[in-house]
Amino acid sequence: MPQDMKRLARALIEACADTIAANADRLTALDQAIGDGDHGANMKRGFAALREAADELAALPPSEALKKAGMTLVMKVGGASGPLYGSLLMAMGKTPGVDDGVDATRAAAMLAEGIAAVKARGKSDVGAKTMLDVLVPVHAALERTAADGADAKTLAEQLKATADAAAEATKPMRATRGRASFLGDRSIGHLDPGGESSRLLTHAICDVLVGEMAA
Amino acid sequence: MSTHKVGLVIVSHSAEVARGTAEMARQMGGDVTIVDAGGDAEGGLGSDVAKIMAAIEKAWSPAGVAILCDLGGAETNSEMAIEMRGGDPGAGIVVLKAPLVEGAVVAAAVAATGASLEEVRAAAEEMAS
Repeated sequence: MPQDMKRLARALIEACADTIAANADRLTALDQAIGDGDHGANMKRGFAALREAADELAALPPSEALKKAGMTLVMKVGGASGPLYGSLLMAMGKTPGVDDGVDATRAAAMLAEGIAAVKARGKSDVGAKTMLDVLVPVHAALERTAADGADAKTLAEQLKATADAAAEATKPMRATRGRASFLGDRSIGHLDPGGESSRLLTHAICDVLVGEMAA
Repeated sequence: MSTHKVGLVIVSHSAEVARGTAEMARQMGGDVTIVDAGGDAEGGLGSDVAKIMAAIEKAWSPAGVAILCDLGGAETNSEMAIEMRGGDPGAGIVVLKAPLVEGAVVAAAVAATGASLEEVRAAAEEMAS
């Protein structure tokens, strides 16, 4: 991989691992409210493993790096989040043309592949109070902004704002998938931990991309 | 009837539940191979793809392997383990949609007769219907 791509890959891994580590306790607290309370610790372990493998991942073509990163999350995160986030990355890596360069349009196509895999793996869709309730609106915003030909900064701001609103919108939802579904109406009024981790990762990725554009 | 018997894998968020369920199933299972895969990688509550993949290898039989699991994450991780193992995902390994303990006991009893994977699945899944 060219040096600038290697640096970008490393920066993305570092930023994702940093935000997960910094917010692990909060993710766990959210999960304690409506789940089994392991989301923060599980995600932290998985993203720490990605950080350890950063040199190796950054040396691979993006398709291979995403596949390997996805498998690492599957093996290390545990819980249902491991297979879900792992499937997301692995499917993104299978998107045609990933190794030919990633612009906003291709990033949208990658996220669409990833979301389809999360839906299949979790047998879920939007409205069930899951990570999909953040990923799907973020994808829609990415597709729309890419079509408008917006610059990186505008795109990042729109995606972050969309992720914030979408995560917040999981609060009044009643969970119908995942451990929170056992709580029925008692799941209402709490942020979904998976939606929140997806929001954090969206922010981290957008901030790195804008920083790299400016560099 | 095949001389090979369907193998069973018991996946629970709790290692103790998986072990106990396997023990109960063995009472009915004769020489059926029944492998427990409970808890996360560090021995806490959870489910672990690597552990499930290793259990599938141990339980492997030419007649196939049936997996029983307790909660959502165990099912998601079991399906992931089947996929990561490679090959045709539909061939020879199935996740049964049945209650863990009752499903395991019925699956073991039926597998012990030398029944096919499809027959084991049908008997265990009848529990849930």
